[in-house]
Amino acid sequence: MQLDWSSIPRASNALWEGFQFSISLTAFAALAGIILGTLLAMARLSSIKPLSMIASGYVNIFRSTPLVIVIYWFYVVLPFIIGRPIGAEHSAYVTFAIFEAAYFCEIMRAGIQSIPKGQVYAGSALGFTYGQNMRYIILPQAFRNVVPLLLTQTIILFQDTSLVYVLGATDLFGAADKIAHRDNTLLEMYVTVAVIYFVISFFLSRLVKHLHSKIAIIR
Amino acid sequence: MISIKNVSKWYGNFQVLTDCTTEVKKGDVVVVCGPSGSGKSTLIKCVNALEPFQKGDIVVDGTSIADPSTNLPKIRSRVGMVFQHFELFPHLTITRNLALAQEKVLGRSKDEAMTKGLALLERVGLKDHAHKFPGQLSGGQQQRVAIARALAMDPIVMLFDEPTSALDPEMVNEVLDVMVELAQEGMTMMCVTHEMGFARKVAHRVIFMDKGHIVEDCAKEEFFGDLNSRSERARHFLSKILQH
Repeated sequence: MQLDWSSIPRASNALWEGFQFSISLTAFAALAGIILGTLLAMARLSSIKPLSMIASGYVNIFRSTPLVIVIYWFYVVLPFIIGRPIGAEHSAYVTFAIFEAAYFCEIMRAGIQSIPKGQVYAGSALGFTYGQNMRYIILPQAFRNVVPLLLTQTIILFQDTSLVYVLGATDLFGAADKIAHRDNTLLEMYVTVAVIYFVISFFLSRLVKHLHSKIAIIR
Repeated sequence: MISIKNVSKWYGNFQVLTDCTTEVKKGDVVVVCGPSGSGKSTLIKCVNALEPFQKGDIVVDGTSIADPSTNLPKIRSRVGMVFQHFELFPHLTITRNLALAQEKVLGRSKDEAMTKGLALLERVGLKDHAHKFPGQLSGGQQQRVAIARALAMDPIVMLFDEPTSALDPEMVNEVLDVMVELAQEGMTMMCVTHEMGFARKVAHRVIFMDKGHIVEDCAKEEFFGDLNSRSERARHFLSKILQH
């Protein structure tokens, strides 16, 4: 079999654009997912029953549904909700933020539960309200405890963003897929993007290790 | 200052406090002792509503804790509390531990909170450790910082929940010294402790608890002076901890 790698450099512009979309989708979904996930985690741990039930329902629904179905589903439903077409890219941003929030919620919940009850007592005894206690005492410690897990989830998220190609969105994989079919260089293209995904993911997981030793709390 | 009236508390079907009634007047130093599981830590945590109770009431400086309309964070900010396991915030430096609640709860400026914190740190003899993290201090040092942190809020009363029981023996005294000094300055204190030396030295009253009941509640002189008129349970307890 003859492999023709010459088309790869010519495709670099399109790949670069796809790559930028993949990264910005990952960054947005991670950030929004962590914020939303943290709120969900607080709701799940709340003593207010309806609140914790809604939050755990949310988490269970999204964690039990294949991502590719959720991607399609939002793409179909979102235009009805906002009343106009939304486009594959914007739909992807919303879908990933909402989907990932369910996973980040479970991580943040573990983080919050890892903080000894005495810390909550100490904050309360000083006169902090629930919100202040969360903001200044519990969440900063919880967050530090789970940074490696959050980043690991973000690496998975980065790989999962390739699924948006099903909407025809031009992420890194979507761009590669289009060019591969146009130039009939399927193997070359797929190998190239696999290497890119591998390098980024590997680099990030090394960063996780490095960060973990840097931000660990002295106990 | 603190008036505990007929407080009862249950964990499910298990009753941890039964009809506890006592009072801590302004300037009083009251020591609460008793075997483990007697409910003394639970009782002191009820005073600033860290633990809820189902029956009775506690009135702190005129404010009812059981009243649902009471602003609990506000009343807690005026009641200092020191815990068995110090509970300094491990992610913050000593100075931030001292200043944070002053700024966020009392609304003091950064400078004001810092100055106050450093003055109290000097008072407990730890000025040189201001920029360290709690994990870099010994247990005794952490507990002194915890006392300073509570004092920084200008509390009207201080609660101590077994402040020395998690400490190595050689560190107990440095913490007790700070507490004795505080008592001698006239601070109102309620202390759950087994340190009978501390009780003899500065307490006005001693409360003995067993199985969720307040069994003894009397003046220090009476409590230690005439052991024979103490309840059998108290005599038994005291004979175990006083023989050394």
